Amino acid sequence: MRETAVATVEQLETWLENFTEFTKTAAGQKLPWLRQLREDAFARFCETGFPTTRDEDWRFTSVAAIARTAFRPASPAKLTDLASWRIEGVAAQLVFVNGRFARELSQLDGLPKGVTVASLRERIESHPEEVAAHLGRYADTQRDPFCALNTAFIGDGAYVHVARGVVVDAPICLLYLSTKEDAPTMTHPRNLIVAEDQSQVAVIEDYASVGGESVVFSNAVTELIAGESTVAQHYLIEREHLKAFNVQTLRIEQGRSANVASHSVLLGGGLVRNNVHPVLAGEGGECLINGLFMGTGRQHLDNYMHVEHAAPHCGSRQFYNGILDGQAHGVFHGRIVVHKVAQKTDAKQTNRNLLLSDDAQIDTKPQLEIYADDVKCTHGATIGQIEENALFYLQSRGISELEARKLLLMAFAEECVDRMHSTVAREHIARLVGQHLLFTGGITPQGGTGLVEERTLEEVG
Amino acid sequence: MSLLEIRNLHVTVGENEILKGIDLTVNAGEVHSIMGPNGSGKSTLAQVLARRDAYHVTEGSILFEGKDLLEMKPEEAACEGLFLAFQYPVEIPGIGNTYFLRSALNAQRKHRGQDEMDAMDFLPLFREKLKLLEMDDKLMNRSLNEGFSGGEKKRNEILQMAVLEPKLAILDETDSGLDIDALRIVAGGVNSLRSPERAMLVVTHYQRLLNYIVPDFVHVLVDGRIVRSGGKELALELEEKGYGWTEHDTRQPVGARA
Repeated sequence: MRETAVATVEQLETWLENFTEFTKTAAGQKLPWLRQLREDAFARFCETGFPTTRDEDWRFTSVAAIARTAFRPASPAKLTDLASWRIEGVAAQLVFVNGRFARELSQLDGLPKGVTVASLRERIESHPEEVAAHLGRYADTQRDPFCALNTAFIGDGAYVHVARGVVVDAPICLLYLSTKEDAPTMTHPRNLIVAEDQSQVAVIEDYASVGGESVVFSNAVTELIAGESTVAQHYLIEREHLKAFNVQTLRIEQGRSANVASHSVLLGGGLVRNNVHPVLAGEGGECLINGLFMGTGRQHLDNYMHVEHAAPHCGSRQFYNGILDGQAHGVFHGRIVVHKVAQKTDAKQTNRNLLLSDDAQIDTKPQLEIYADDVKCTHGATIGQIEENALFYLQSRGISELEARKLLLMAFAEECVDRMHSTVAREHIARLVGQHLLFTGGITPQGGTGLVEERTLEEVG
Repeated sequence: MSLLEIRNLHVTVGENEILKGIDLTVNAGEVHSIMGPNGSGKSTLAQVLARRDAYHVTEGSILFEGKDLLEMKPEEAACEGLFLAFQYPVEIPGIGNTYFLRSALNAQRKHRGQDEMDAMDFLPLFREKLKLLEMDDKLMNRSLNEGFSGGEKKRNEILQMAVLEPKLAILDETDSGLDIDALRIVAGGVNSLRSPERAMLVVTHYQRLLNYIVPDFVHVLVDGRIVRSGGKELALELEEKGYGWTEHDTRQPVGARA
């Protein structure tokens, strides 16, 4: 079967209908720059349609299931009890339900002076000039159809602004919840995080589902602008149900001597694409791109890194660990581009994978494009299984096989978790990963969602 | 009832028969040494006893305190009181030494119906054993055996044994690669654990270790069979004459059995 390169006429009609409907009520549609931004992006999407596996950037991931589904915007929904979704110790939590900011569920007090946290929709209405300075200036709508689609549908999301020199100790959490609906629905969360020079901030983006499973498509774009000598951390947690499509793009723009970290933890979602695209645009910048993906059942978890060195003396470190069970398919595509001016670049990439079953699959691909002549770029990938020697060693001391497997998987996962600086985020994520291990690694074969296939222990490792 | 009773044990790995009919009885309080040349099956015997599943038992039986050891998983054998000090201890990044050892102890305590030990209760016990083996506390904050020298790994094995207090300890070539100081420390740790309730099976290629851990019985394993058993003086005899002597000496009875 041959995938079509562009969306069919019928598909485009649905998207056009959606877009026309959306622009009637979209925030700031009266602002010429914003209207233009949306229209250009939509036009670009209509030109390209969804990517196919013949596109090098999408070689290992087919999005045909997204392309052929007619999505409608998610409906407004009311939620009351969010106790289980709170993260202890955060500075603020913005809650979005089906893509809409839910003020009554959010906690916004207690932020230090100089920190603005708001719904993007509201900020567009109240301070359009602030938003205009950055929104849409970094995300690549030309190359990536999903970015184009998100930009066309910029509606709501988070706006975070940290003034020069301000330090926010605890992380700011953005919680995106999707509810069960009768038909396939979509949201296009858009976040703008601006950390001015010498500031410090951490943001957690947390995607989850409530109240049962239905087909949902979250297509999110975050632009993170880190000024000179700014320290910024971004955490992505994907823990939606297995019917969810989740396409994420984190576009980081780093100023001189900025130190930015991106941490991704993919646990849920049926088809997930995680794009991380930092541009080291100022001299002496450092970027850590750290991730963990754990798939089981038929999950497809794709991590596409695009690290751009655009200034001299910058360092980037990529560390991604994958644990794949069942028939899960993981992808790590690590692209490093070193521009001609970016001398003395030091870029490193490591991808380690554990396959726990015969049917699990990983595609790992480094891609180095180096145009400068004085650089250091290294990459490495490993694919292995749980080490039988290690397992036997633990068992020989009295630790049960299940517990031993759990310890070994946790140790592997913790390599990534331990790189997270924020104690609040790290401990929260360690807990989630620990719980999730009960669903992977054949530890409780039944799983919690009912979609994890039953498997016998003999199949594992 | 004997602590360990091995009867006519035959073991294959892949196509090869490694153990060809082992009989061995070990009682509580005894220290037995299994000596033999490389490839004679010493380590296979140790691993089978610890229930490694890569080895296939084709014939014979092993009773541990009257229970069928061959029915047990490695963790069950450990919980019943069997301990193997590995010839090649495994490095496991990401699992802390202290956490690991407490988890192991608690798994065994739970099996025996005892309360689990929390970190506060565990620490004094742990410290005491560290001292016994002259080990640096700092090592214990690191990952399991990760970056340990050969000697440190072997000491860590004996440390684990000292904490877990097994009924039967099997030491698989614990002396190999140790300098004389480390050997003394390891042997000192082992000797401090000798007791009327505990038995030991010391697997070694060389007689050297037996100067420090003096066995009650010595068995010579050649080509998968115990060809000679005797007292500690047998080890000295072996040292003097080499394994060739036993092989030659026993060719006749082995042939007769087949």
